[in-house]
Amino acid sequence: MIDSPLTHAMKPTKEALAIDEYEDAGGYAALRTAVTEMTPFDVTAAVTDSNLRGRGGAGFPTGKKWSFVPPPGKRTGAAYLVVNADEMEPGTFKDRLLLEQNPHLVLEGALAAAFAIQAQTVYVFVRWAYAKAAQRLTKAIIEAQRRGYIGDNVLGSKFCVRVHVHTSHGRYLCGEETGLLNALEGKRASPRSKPPFPQVVGLLGRPTVVNNVETLCNIPPILRNGAAWFKALSKTGDSGTKLYGASGRVNAPGLWELPMGTTPREIIEKHAGGMKSGYNLRGFLPGGASTDFLTDRHLDVPMDFDAMQKAGSRLGTGTMIVLDDRTCPVAMVHNLVTFFARESCGWCTPCRDGLPWTQNILADIEQGRGRPEDLDRLELHCKLLGPGRTFCALAPGAVEPLQSALKYFREDFERHITEKRCPYKH
Amino acid sequence: MATLYIDNKPYEFEEGRNLLHTCLGLGFDIPHFCWHPALDSVGACRQCAVKLFKDENDCTGTIVMSCMTAARDNMRISIDDKEAHEFRAEVIGFLMANHPHDCPVCDEGGECHLQDMTVLTGHTYREHRFKKRTHRNQDLGPFVHHEMNRCIACYRCVRFYRDYAGGKDLEVFGWHDSVYFGRHESGVLASEFAGNLVEVCPTGVFTDKTFRKHFTRKWDLCSAPSVCVHCSLGCNTIAGQRSGVLRRILNRFSEDVNGYFLCDRGRFGYEFVNGSRRVRTPLAKKGRNQKLEPLDRSAAIKRVAELFSSGRPVIGIGSGRASLESNFALRQLVGPQRFFVAESETQHSITTEIVHALRRTPASRASLRDVAKAGAVLVLGEDVTNTAPLLALAVRQACRTAALTNAHGLGIDPWNDAAIRETGHNVRSSLVVATPTLTKLDDVATTVYHAPPDDISRLGFAIAHALDGSAPAPRGLSPEIEAMARGIARDLAQAARPAVVSGAGSGSASVVEAAAGVAAALYKVNHDACLCMSLSECNSFGCTLLGGRDLTAALDAAERDNAEAVVVLEADLYRNCDPAIAGALLTLPRNVVVIDHTLTATAAMADLVLPAATFAEASGTFVNNEGRFQRFFSAIAPQAGFAPGYRWIAEILSVVGPEAPRWETLDDIVNDMESRVADCAGIRAAAPSASFREGSQKIARQSFRASGRTALLANTSVAESPNPADPDSALAFSPEGIQAPREQPLVARYWAPGINSVQAVSKYHGDPPAALVKGEAGADAAENHGAKAPAAFASHASEWLVMPLHHIFGSEELSMLSPSVASLARSALIVLNPEDAAKLSIRENDAVEVSNYALSCACVAAIASWVTKGSAALSVGRPETQGLDLPEWLWIRKAGAP
Repeated sequence: MIDSPLTHAMKPTKEALAIDEYEDAGGYAALRTAVTEMTPFDVTAAVTDSNLRGRGGAGFPTGKKWSFVPPPGKRTGAAYLVVNADEMEPGTFKDRLLLEQNPHLVLEGALAAAFAIQAQTVYVFVRWAYAKAAQRLTKAIIEAQRRGYIGDNVLGSKFCVRVHVHTSHGRYLCGEETGLLNALEGKRASPRSKPPFPQVVGLLGRPTVVNNVETLCNIPPILRNGAAWFKALSKTGDSGTKLYGASGRVNAPGLWELPMGTTPREIIEKHAGGMKSGYNLRGFLPGGASTDFLTDRHLDVPMDFDAMQKAGSRLGTGTMIVLDDRTCPVAMVHNLVTFFARESCGWCTPCRDGLPWTQNILADIEQGRGRPEDLDRLELHCKLLGPGRTFCALAPGAVEPLQSALKYFREDFERHITEKRCPYKH
Repeated sequence: MATLYIDNKPYEFEEGRNLLHTCLGLGFDIPHFCWHPALDSVGACRQCAVKLFKDENDCTGTIVMSCMTAARDNMRISIDDKEAHEFRAEVIGFLMANHPHDCPVCDEGGECHLQDMTVLTGHTYREHRFKKRTHRNQDLGPFVHHEMNRCIACYRCVRFYRDYAGGKDLEVFGWHDSVYFGRHESGVLASEFAGNLVEVCPTGVFTDKTFRKHFTRKWDLCSAPSVCVHCSLGCNTIAGQRSGVLRRILNRFSEDVNGYFLCDRGRFGYEFVNGSRRVRTPLAKKGRNQKLEPLDRSAAIKRVAELFSSGRPVIGIGSGRASLESNFALRQLVGPQRFFVAESETQHSITTEIVHALRRTPASRASLRDVAKAGAVLVLGEDVTNTAPLLALAVRQACRTAALTNAHGLGIDPWNDAAIRETGHNVRSSLVVATPTLTKLDDVATTVYHAPPDDISRLGFAIAHALDGSAPAPRGLSPEIEAMARGIARDLAQAARPAVVSGAGSGSASVVEAAAGVAAALYKVNHDACLCMSLSECNSFGCTLLGGRDLTAALDAAERDNAEAVVVLEADLYRNCDPAIAGALLTLPRNVVVIDHTLTATAAMADLVLPAATFAEASGTFVNNEGRFQRFFSAIAPQAGFAPGYRWIAEILSVVGPEAPRWETLDDIVNDMESRVADCAGIRAAAPSASFREGSQKIARQSFRASGRTALLANTSVAESPNPADPDSALAFSPEGIQAPREQPLVARYWAPGINSVQAVSKYHGDPPAALVKGEAGADAAENHGAKAPAAFASHASEWLVMPLHHIFGSEELSMLSPSVASLARSALIVLNPEDAAKLSIRENDAVEVSNYALSCACVAAIASWVTKGSAALSVGRPETQGLDLPEWLWIRKAGAP
């Protein structure tokens, strides 16, 4: 059996798998089984049994998400499946790999998901910067249409489906599912209030499921090989594999499909080739820019949803950013907060006005203009911008690296203020 | 009743609202910005945080936004909680990061929600040490001033303008801490309701441009509860003046009538009060062709009184823009037989038809609130946006009722605005717009039908017939119209609280009959049906109750009885009838007396002009289109030169007929009227009488922060002058007295302890029981069935049926004396069908001449396909088109063409 179902068929040339190559590797068999032999309910049940959790960062059980969609008898009009390919988390580039090198896997997963929720329309929402991905995906859609995987009566079944690629102008908030739906409707990509949840009232007021690219790529293997196989891929309670990544001053930054629950130590030392010579590990953000720092004490904590939470951070997207001992943590946090302050949609006060303020304080500290009371203000902001205080999860995510940096690297902040300069700059 | 524990004390409340609204209603102060009682909750500003506890054992609790949390039975919350309190203060700190702190020079200062909320949260010291972001302002037209730097991004403006009022040209641009609320470029805001931004905005981004021009600090204004005079809806307003200059109009909340909003004509039309054409002293001519010259007050009274000693009759002409009291006084002066109304024969028949229809209909008479809640609306013949603008706003809200029902089914709370709008994507209530002209409601209508008035009427008859087989069916209807009528009938019959909306605007009595017929037929199958009709003037309904006849009848009477004099009360006859009739009426009698506040064309013809007080200087009563008695009170104290119309007449009466009742105060007239005119029973209930006191005190017209009482006149004397007396009302021209009265009709200003802005409205209690004109006893729908559907429209060979085209800015008399409104009025338009235009070789913007046997008027051409071939639409109420009684068959030709 295959132990890296998402990536094993990818070509070393980094070209996209053409439809023949994909079919040769067993592609579209799962879709065929689903539409010809299974009911939509069966597909959802299989995914529920597999315990697949959303790979976009929140880790919500995928089968459960689908089960909230009212069945056709209980809804009027269309339902939609939306593929969230708006990957814009700093340090995260996992969906790009899948979109560019295995677009048919993304498609097959999306089609199976559309069948499960009985949606007749699929929108793939691609970030503008992923031009190559959009191009390859569009080509894959044409190929799949010719083979009868997309269109009326897919593979002779009653299932009819259309797939559209929407290249967005891009904003971090388009990655938030309701912000994405607003953007898809041509509105500002501000998040919506929940309830109603998109599964009931989503795109254009219709039931809609928004799934991450990596999540959907897991669907065909699950349908092909079963829930038990999928669970066995993992090292921990959260099933399947995960695309883990590492960036920063490691010898071989990259992306690897590994069993869920692989430890940071294994990822950094074995797969990323360890720290560059002359650099030591100071800490790392395990799952993108909006997760809390962890340190060398946490190198052996399994990278899954629950263990990361327990350690005080989040799995997030599973693509870690490594901080070394010669990089200024204040500058790093300032860089991250600058990103989030810019990406705030401007809807709610703490995020809109709190993040730029935070950014300004961090800039002052980094440039030697910090004041001792600034640290209290930063800590206060971490609280004021925390969960429940803001309209969506952007600001709480934005202050996660800050609050943990203040915990783990406090002396760096203090030295900036007392020495009135950045001690990392010579 | 349910129980809510606030800081461990139990409070009873009615479920169904969010925590914020509930707590405000219970008298608590929770700072808030994005929530508005009419716009509901979206959870943007995060200002209204409170602590919510799971149960009595939970001491930690969680912070929630009170506007986004439903208040439920046995819920436990804390407003005073330290963490919640600190969070609220810090949110103000965030908002203040970019706010310019320009309060001393800000137009909003002293009446600013942001100021109040800042004080309320306890945020005092500024910790933000960085640069503020700045924006460029836009010129948004003559009404609304724009100052974007003050913006705290609460999103209320776009939510009101776009979501609530259907406007399209105000948007939010930009991202993060640089969001910009404005138009894509400078330009006049297109919505008729843009002026509400002034009140909706919690700070000084959108302010009243007309108020700015004669600026005074808001706390120095002397204000009184008032009623709008610019259409028949009678929106409740607050008029504010200082040193005798009326400086602004604000909304006065009325649950049943205008709610929280006004239209721009009502808000900005007020400046006729300060106009250069005001008459401020009695004027008289020495001879017919002489000039009007100032005259002493007592000499003027004496001169009028003399007219009554000639033995020949005096004709009285009342009007729909004068108060019920003034009209009644005139009727008493000249006698009911010689009392007439300043309306042409056609206008008068329509007004009477509407009043009768409303009083006789078996359906209920709809308030604006009823229309806003209607499950389906049929607009028959009336371009409400231009004739009764706030009715259009109510109809727009009615389009959402289906979405509200749908959201309710999904378990979404009725105050969760954004969620309801999301769920309402594919759900729209039925709205039929069947009118002679294009309307601004067409964009939300489910069915649109534009045709000449007779065809609109025929559709109405067909709908009534489809609802009730015994109602007469129009003959020769096309299958399409018949099917449309059946569909509309079905939607109305099935809807919850369906409303039929019509009015005098189409100039067709037949349309009014048809609408009344639909309401009657609808009532048979749906007892929740209601009927709403607009009239032409603010007191048309009231004037009709006094039973006067039209101007043609007035002329007949003047000729027949060899009248000594005609007394015209607050009307320009030339606006209301054929100039030949007006001219005859003003020349045949030996004397012409005009009581008016403005030197109109009619007043210029008078031998004697008695200067009347406007709504801002007088107290009195109007009856709105629904038949609701509404009292307005003087904001400006009585002045030497002019007086309310009824006061002039009372003085004349006291000389002419010593046996006549002595009317010392407004209440004397009101009581006299109630006993003499059966239809006016109920007028007393419009407002508390002058003897009313709240805790032994009068209601203060001025805020207790009013300054400069002695400084104002310090150039002549520093002694404190006594406050003017007001025997007509329970209000005092003074800062002393009750600041926040409980009685809605006496609310002179919104204020509550700590809340100095108009947002204090959320502390007020609802309306008093409605004082409505009673229905006519024994009347029923059967009478309407006497009406017959007109024949279908057929074009004439060389004439066009010219229909009235109303303009919110331009068609109404008084608001056009306001410079801001006048600046938006265009020259008279004639709208032609493209084929007709081609036949006449008329192109867009060409100068066109429209004429009948006696009149010819110049106008500018517009071409639109919604105009039925053989008909046209012409601006009404413009000087160019005065004297035409549209719809009328007229000749049209390109100016200069043979």
